[in-house]
Amino acid sequence: MAIWRAPLTWLVILLASAGLMPDLMPVLFPGQASLVYQRDSFLWLLQHHVMLVAASASVGTLLAIAGGIMVTRPWGRDFLPLVSQIASIGQTVPPVAVLALAVPVLGFGDGPTVMALLLYGLLPVLRNTLAGLDSIPAAVTEAARGMGMSSAQVLIKTELPLAGRVILAGIRTSVTINIATAAIGSTIGARTLGDPVIAGLVNGNTAYVLEGAVLIGLLAITTDSLFEALERFWARRFSATPGTV
Amino acid sequence: MIELKGVSRRFGEVLAVNAISLVVETGEVCVLVGSSGCGKSTTLRMINRLLPSTAGEILVDGKNVCDTDLQTLRLNMGYVIQGTGLFPHWTVARNIGLVPGLLKWPEARIRERVDELLQLLGLDQEGFVDKYPHQLSGGQAQRVGVARALAADPNILLMDEPFGALDAITRETLQNEMLRIKQQLGKTTVFVTHDIDEALRLADRIAVMDQGRLIQYDAPEAILRRPASLFVETLVGSQDRGLKMTGLQRVGDAMQRHLHPRPRDLDKPGVREHETLRQALSLMLWQGTESLPVMDEDGAEIGIISRAQIWAGGH
Ligand SMILES: Nc1ncnc2c1ncn2[C@@H]1O[C@H](COP(=O)(O)OP(=O)(O)O)[C@@H](O)[C@H]1O
Ligand SMILES: [Mg+2]
Repeated sequence: MAIWRAPLTWLVILLASAGLMPDLMPVLFPGQASLVYQRDSFLWLLQHHVMLVAASASVGTLLAIAGGIMVTRPWGRDFLPLVSQIASIGQTVPPVAVLALAVPVLGFGDGPTVMALLLYGLLPVLRNTLAGLDSIPAAVTEAARGMGMSSAQVLIKTELPLAGRVILAGIRTSVTINIATAAIGSTIGARTLGDPVIAGLVNGNTAYVLEGAVLIGLLAITTDSLFEALERFWARRFSATPGTV
Repeated sequence: MIELKGVSRRFGEVLAVNAISLVVETGEVCVLVGSSGCGKSTTLRMINRLLPSTAGEILVDGKNVCDTDLQTLRLNMGYVIQGTGLFPHWTVARNIGLVPGLLKWPEARIRERVDELLQLLGLDQEGFVDKYPHQLSGGQAQRVGVARALAADPNILLMDEPFGALDAITRETLQNEMLRIKQQLGKTTVFVTHDIDEALRLADRIAVMDQGRLIQYDAPEAILRRPASLFVETLVGSQDRGLKMTGLQRVGDAMQRHLHPRPRDLDKPGVREHETLRQALSLMLWQGTESLPVMDEDGAEIGIISRAQIWAGGH
């Protein structure tokens, strides 16, 4: 249970900050009502932000893991060099550029943002899926097959549990990057915690910027600590040596 | 019974296995021996169809392996490899219970079987079943590998240099274990090694391979007495063939047996009847004696082995 304490604590802090921000700011800076971003509630923006990231991350993760599994099967091995090359090239494109490139192709709003996040989030997961599967000792899969496990059993009972921790680390990278990238999505019309930041920059209201930035930061920290807990949980469940890969 | 009929395997330009034909009788141990890269592993892996053959056919109990369902075929063949291939994220108990689990045995029966195998392999210490592979010594891990292969009582055992990575002492212990298991269980076994001494020790029949070809297929004694070619002669080492021959024979078969067992004379060193003539000879040389008392398992003297008897067996 102890491993879930940190993410839960961060989650409480995040929700409290988002909920109490409008009440807190006037207390900290009395007499200046214009300091609080009013257009939408922070909780609503947070919820929307999380939904955009969750939608893109869940679909992207499934696609990337499926892709990684496919190109490491005997029948898909021909595509391995191509796919791993795309995975590493994709990593060198900065996230802002991804959004900028998405507009002419996909337009403005939530949909294009989700698509851009999805595509960008594929790469870390794909790369780690390949690395994780590749790190499994050949003797293990050889013995597994030789003892009579079907390909599906080899995958589910040995490959995925053994590669799981590395894959999880890939998902963690992907999601964390995309929490930040989603905020930039506000520039192309998505409704996220980036809204107050953009509004603050346009109107010269530093308080707005601060409010958005603090919440985005807290969301990133909460998510990151959740994944850390997940990785530890996985290690405890599927490996004899908790704390190491 | 395993029959290979003109089996070949090609990797691109390389003919790794070249038209091999041999028969392993039920309950026999066949050892494939030859230098690295001569096609031993490839031959073995064609038997459980980890590799398809490019020509010829392989029959197990008269049935072509290609006509048998792949999983069914492999579940009935224990497979032991050099790196053990134990699942690092599974405990010893789960590793050994792998095949019974695949065969959907009930939990209780699997647990029972695991205990039985741990006992058979001398691993029945407190808490051992809950260890993970990385907590085992090389010898223990390889024993667990053997236990895993025996778990569902398969008809056939395939072993690819299982003891190749172990130190000399551990290897010898495990070879003795193999001999004991062979006597106890009598599994039809194909065993791969590059070590001719290991082959001579374990085999009922030895298949000498060179560059994908089967050079000679014969009992260990025949391989020593009548090597089919210069290659085989070099492999067995023509210089110490005599000594190797004494290594094939048991003291119990060559000694002069007493009519009734006698109490042992504790001062005189002796040999046991299951030991080899080679061990007896070595002890004689060391002690400077012409003969040694032979003990049974309880330590009673049941006979005597003399130099002349060893001489008779050594050529
Ligand atoms: N999967 C493979 N692809 C290409 N060549 C292989 C493969 N496996 C084995 N070979 C070749 O086949 C020959 C025999 O290999 P192997 O059966 O492993 O030898 P051994 O087990 O006797 O050392 C070697 O020349 C090896 O390079
Ligand atoms: Mg080999």
